[in-house]
Amino acid sequence: MDPEYRFSHKHILGLADLSPEDIQVVLQTAESFKEISSRSIKKVPTLRGKTIINFFFEPSTRTRLSFEVAAKRMSADTFNISNSGSSTVKGETLIDTARNLAAMNPDCIILRHPSSGAARLLADHINASVINAGDGTHEHPSQGLLDLMTVREAKGGIAGLKIAIIGDIAHSRVAHSNIIGFSKMGATVTVSGPATLIPPGIKDLGAQVSRTVLEAVDGADVIMALRIQKERQQDPLFPSLREYARFFGISQKVVDTAKPEAIIMHPGPINRGVELDPKLADGSRSVILEQVTNGVAVRMALIYLIMGGD
Amino acid sequence: MPGGLLLKNGRVIDPANGIDQIRDVLIVDGRIRALGQPGSLAGHDGLVYDVTGKWVVPGLIDMHVHLREPGQEYKETIETGTRAAAAGGFTAVACMPNTKPVNDNQTVTVFILAKAAEAGLARVYPVGAISSGSNGEHLAEFGELRQAGAVAVTDDGLPVGNSQLMRRALEYAGNHDLLVISHAEELSLSQGGAMNDGALATRLGLRGIPHVAEEIMVYRDLALAEFTGRPIHIAHVSTRESLALIRRAKEKGVAVSAETAPHYFTLTETAVDGYNTLAKMNPPLRTEADVAAVREALRDGTLDAIATDHAPHGELDKDQEFDLAANGIIGLETAVPLTLQLVREKQLDARRMVELLSVNPARILGVPGGTLSVGAPADIAVIDPEKKFVFTEESIQSKSRNSPFLGWELQGKAVLTIMAGRITWQESFSS
Repeated sequence: MDPEYRFSHKHILGLADLSPEDIQVVLQTAESFKEISSRSIKKVPTLRGKTIINFFFEPSTRTRLSFEVAAKRMSADTFNISNSGSSTVKGETLIDTARNLAAMNPDCIILRHPSSGAARLLADHINASVINAGDGTHEHPSQGLLDLMTVREAKGGIAGLKIAIIGDIAHSRVAHSNIIGFSKMGATVTVSGPATLIPPGIKDLGAQVSRTVLEAVDGADVIMALRIQKERQQDPLFPSLREYARFFGISQKVVDTAKPEAIIMHPGPINRGVELDPKLADGSRSVILEQVTNGVAVRMALIYLIMGGD
Repeated sequence: MPGGLLLKNGRVIDPANGIDQIRDVLIVDGRIRALGQPGSLAGHDGLVYDVTGKWVVPGLIDMHVHLREPGQEYKETIETGTRAAAAGGFTAVACMPNTKPVNDNQTVTVFILAKAAEAGLARVYPVGAISSGSNGEHLAEFGELRQAGAVAVTDDGLPVGNSQLMRRALEYAGNHDLLVISHAEELSLSQGGAMNDGALATRLGLRGIPHVAEEIMVYRDLALAEFTGRPIHIAHVSTRESLALIRRAKEKGVAVSAETAPHYFTLTETAVDGYNTLAKMNPPLRTEADVAAVREALRDGTLDAIATDHAPHGELDKDQEFDLAANGIIGLETAVPLTLQLVREKQLDARRMVELLSVNPARILGVPGGTLSVGAPADIAVIDPEKKFVFTEESIQSKSRNSPFLGWELQGKAVLTIMAGRITWQESFSS
């Protein structure tokens, strides 16, 4: 790595903004922080006196908690605001709310929002650092990074691997960040799913498209199933969950076409029996819970790095 | 204006009379009194402007603007909107009916005309709604709208989804000599969309509006125009295939006219990258191939008019999440330099520019103007094609500032605008 290199991002808005070197540094930092979570005293004083606001406009259990755990293990003070309790419900605009939060001098705002570009909008209007915890159907960078970390741990590296991502690519910010991140790090990404859920120009993000799941998974090192949102049935994007499970769900037969040591991933929460056979979710190839563990480490690393850690 | 007004030594471009020559123009009692060789109209005692090096053209007519009054006066009023028009060289505008309340009745039409007369800055031609409340269900009262002063009908901003209603509107508009203007958009394909559908929309995570959403409705409305034998005008055409459909309909003899806006021949969808809400509009900015097709259609006559779709919005309407931000940009004050850019690039000649911005809109709407004939009302724009300026918020006459061209260095400006012989806009110029 270039000796002059410094991680110089104030905000984490998407993997599109990070260089391969940046990603490398995040992953290395996360790996070094991971050990903290296995100590009996799971806390280091690194960010004592820092204020972090979790600002969540969409329901989230895993991501919100993961960020909060990460911040607390670094001794930062954390505060949570959810949509129902926020003044946006009373008609305040995102920018006004953000300015008010900024007036309380937080060091970092972690934003989850249904509009693509919302994290960027926030970053443009306030002084604090912003971490995008998922904006619309745009990006979910911390999820992409924890997936990269999990694959790197399991496979010893990322370059040259074949990654298959199956499901609702069109509406998945997780898929977008993963396609960008894995291809930046030298892996090959192939997506498949109902054609109604494969967006135009996905090749421009770096993914190849396969018509069938079997074709996409053929020889893969990593199989990632995406959550299917049940309300998409009405859109109309696919006929039924039953048909989805049969043609696009990850079954043993699908897994058999991948490499023998292939791992199975899912960003959660899982619709068991729809996009993923329950036996596989709990089986030996599954790294789904490892993803969750690594999520805390990656978020610790992100918070640390943007707050000027060196 | 006692004694009248003399414009000396300008390049008079009057396609209606086949003139493109250096001429003096004499205006008396609000009408064009005479055109003559330079120096030949001397000896009158009114105002004299030496407009050497400038273009003297029929006052520009923008057949598609939103003046927001009544109802959204914080965005624009008829006064501020017509001042912006005058500053842009326009002497007449046709204003869309999506006010609050909707201009679906004679009362609103009369109100708009009264406000316009009070401001006295441009002729205002109200466009009535096709359906009452623009809700797509029942025909508005075309007869009364016409009598009150409306020149056309449209549900602009909202497409007429019901094909039978569109057919009936075309038929019934014939009784009242009203033009039907189509906002072509198949809502089931466009709903929820925030920009052009494609790779960039995918990358930004924004829901796309596919070009076929426009083209399907363009085809439907051309088919209905042919079927009913009634003329139709297609507003703000943005896609290559829409233009191919219009070209084919014209070849078949369907009575169709069509407009585009300067942004569709100047910008592509990349202007929205970075979630720039100032470039958010409907129809959305498209691709380079579409821009090239729009330019070609302006040249070959497939497109008849350049209209701005001037759509003022307040800061709060734009300064928010991209998918929630309002559609549209202001356009009256940038149309001349952006169209002149096509002239400088030899895509259009000066005569064609005047046809697109004045002659044809007058003809399509059936309103006066578009000519410098002796005896015609003196609606005139004097354009300095060389004048360079930076388009800044401070320079804007419109009440709103929502333009993707802010900060651009533009070339070409109306320096003197005259409506019915009265000066409605004037800025310093050297001759």
